[in-house]
Amino acid sequence: MRAHAKLGVRLRPGAQDTPRSHVSRLRSHGPLVLRPTGERLPGWLSRWGADPVDGVTVRLAAGAAGPLGGDHWRLDVEVGDGAALQLGAVSASLVLPGAHAARSLSETTISVGADAMLVWSPAAQIAAAGCRHAGLSRIDLAPGARLCAREEVVIGRYGEEPGDFAQRLRVTRSGEALYDQELAVGAASAGWNSPAVVADRKALGSIVVVDPATTNLDLFTAAVSPDVPDTAVMRLAPDAVLITSLAPDMISLRHRLSTTFAGFAATR
Amino acid sequence: MPADQHDHDHNHEHEHEHEHEHDRSQDHHHGHDHDGHDRHDEHEHDSSVLVRPSGEDPHTLRATPPHVHRDTLEPLGRETRRALRVGIGGPVGSGKTALVAALCRTLNPELAIAVVTNDIYTTEDADFLLRNGVLPSERITAVETGACPHTAIRDDISTNLEAIEELEQKLPPLDLVLVESGGDNLTATFSRGLIHRQIFVIDVAGGDKVPRKGGPGVSTSDLLVINKIDLAPMVHADLAVMDRDAKAKRGDLPVLFTSLTEDPTAATVTAWIREKLAEHQR
Amino acid sequence: MGTVQTGTPMADLTGLPALMQLADGRFPTGGHAHSGGFEAAAQREGINDLPAMEEFLIGRLRTTGLVAAAFTAAACQYFHQAMAADQGASLLDRLAPLGRELDARTPSPVLRTVSRRLGRQLIRTGRVVWPHQGLDRLASVPGQGVHQPVGLGAVAAAAGQPPAHAAVAAAQESIAGPATAAVRLLGLDPFAVNAVVARLGAEVVRVASEATGPADGPASALPASAGYLLDVSAEFHATWEVRLFAS
Repeated sequence: MRAHAKLGVRLRPGAQDTPRSHVSRLRSHGPLVLRPTGERLPGWLSRWGADPVDGVTVRLAAGAAGPLGGDHWRLDVEVGDGAALQLGAVSASLVLPGAHAARSLSETTISVGADAMLVWSPAAQIAAAGCRHAGLSRIDLAPGARLCAREEVVIGRYGEEPGDFAQRLRVTRSGEALYDQELAVGAASAGWNSPAVVADRKALGSIVVVDPATTNLDLFTAAVSPDVPDTAVMRLAPDAVLITSLAPDMISLRHRLSTTFAGFAATR
Repeated sequence: MPADQHDHDHNHEHEHEHEHEHDRSQDHHHGHDHDGHDRHDEHEHDSSVLVRPSGEDPHTLRATPPHVHRDTLEPLGRETRRALRVGIGGPVGSGKTALVAALCRTLNPELAIAVVTNDIYTTEDADFLLRNGVLPSERITAVETGACPHTAIRDDISTNLEAIEELEQKLPPLDLVLVESGGDNLTATFSRGLIHRQIFVIDVAGGDKVPRKGGPGVSTSDLLVINKIDLAPMVHADLAVMDRDAKAKRGDLPVLFTSLTEDPTAATVTAWIREKLAEHQR
Repeated sequence: MGTVQTGTPMADLTGLPALMQLADGRFPTGGHAHSGGFEAAAQREGINDLPAMEEFLIGRLRTTGLVAAAFTAAACQYFHQAMAADQGASLLDRLAPLGRELDARTPSPVLRTVSRRLGRQLIRTGRVVWPHQGLDRLASVPGQGVHQPVGLGAVAAAAGQPPAHAAVAAAQESIAGPATAAVRLLGLDPFAVNAVVARLGAEVVRVASEATGPADGPASALPASAGYLLDVSAEFHATWEVRLFAS
């Protein structure tokens, strides 16, 4: 099934002429259902000068199962200059094989305007046995844009080997690469379960934070901690940090990511 | 899946979307400043945002501070006047590090010195020099040798060359760079591509037969230092035998007997270095 | 076993000695002090035998090995193109995107530092071994110099190699380094370790071919296969008090 959803968020004058972010375009399509919610933005965004209520939260309800083999999903998102968007998902998505062993593909393309901010947390993808899936998220940031992107993958359901699953996250600034990494697991990717890649960890997560106020990123003080196994904080650039974590399961992954993110999330 | 692969089919169905009138966000210049310079900003650091260096970072080639760090991108300078590079090799425990410390203490007031240590699996030698305060930490670099200390000074000198050049560029002008090898065996010797002169250090406690056994260090080093002569009576080493054997192996090449306990300034070795430095600078 | 072709024209062999020299573990470019993440993996994951080492090598080959081979091939290709186009005047501009894309594919600052150090050392050695004005230009790159795959591709080009050969050298190097480290660290039988490396030869060629495909295109299209544990382990390894290898 092909689906192409679109979302646009822009600033426009609100009460007392204060600019507020609002949804300027919302196109759900087939299984890709976009739902604006009334959620407040996370408190730590005050570090970025965001008013908790001045921002848009949209959640993607892609159905609990899917993409299935044969699906080709696209989601295009545009965050206008100065606007704030939190884009999440309603639930984890289970990536399953289709009826005819076809591949599934999902592409997310997000552009974040000048001085805009995006919190991207699409919930976990679960690579089920037999799936043949490729996912690509591209996020391009205009000057001054801030980003917190958190992606999580569960490598096979409990007790099963994953199918062929690949997920690439590419973050660029004005088109120039900042972060570009692809996870590939499953029988087609020899060595995926070796100590070079994931070695029996069933959950992998990463958080990319881009903040032009680089001193904020100095709040991440330790590259590694003996208390948080298989987790590292890596400076990608003066204004960008990556947290990568691997864990035996989703619960400990979330704990490791949150513990590591806590220093930054703590509000002043 | 390639990042630039784009699905361009726009034959999609009716759109349920509401496009709002454009507002002030359109006033923003949404283009990208592509003057060809912005891409280089990752090479320029605002010193105010540098992550605090750890204690060991400035004086080792270990890219290792425990805190979040970034790759430093300091430009490499151009060729500078090359300091006299003296390699100091010899078996484990013969007193190489103590000799380096003595040379630094004695020569530091008159010469600009830097030291490169080649430790086997720690920065112990560099740490010893630091603890003893013979040189400021920025003048000491520890090179890691991948379990093969002789490879790093003889077969593949890349990392040591790199370390020396970094020191020369960081601390110009340098007069003298001491390259201490990791404690190895009698066959270890420095490449002529790495150093100008080499000192081989053995000690009487290793047995008075060492000079007779020879090896490239004993036979061909520019200076053979026979150290710890104060221990000779206790280990029954015959200095006359060592002297005779060394001369037989070395011909006219000099041999010095030292005891750093009795002469902590290593006066004779320092004098030799001053002489070689004068030759080098001519 | 396929049949061995005999009577290959000598012309096909002209580049071979240089390629063998470049791929030789004793080629002096500082690689001997690095284990390619093996020291960290051996300790953290308890690798202590040949099968576990082999698994590590395959994982490394298919991730950072593939990326390194692709960037090496591209650097080699861009080098030849720059020489053909304008005697290398455009070389640094052509190679610059490779540096940025490699930065984006090397999230660990520890590994970025290592990669640049090795790249610089490759250029240093290459300039002496295969003197070439293109390498002289690269030696003048501001910052800490080029990444290892860019250095390898450039030196391979200066040594007259085509991109496909450079990719084989890079892919092979991505496992030969850790294999040597395995012998030194674990005392594994060197014959058996070499047998593993030989067995992986077919996979090396597959990776090199996959890597050479996109060498003509833009740097952004090159593979981004990630060795997540290699990155995380490198950060832990960098904090160890005692270790035998620099990375």
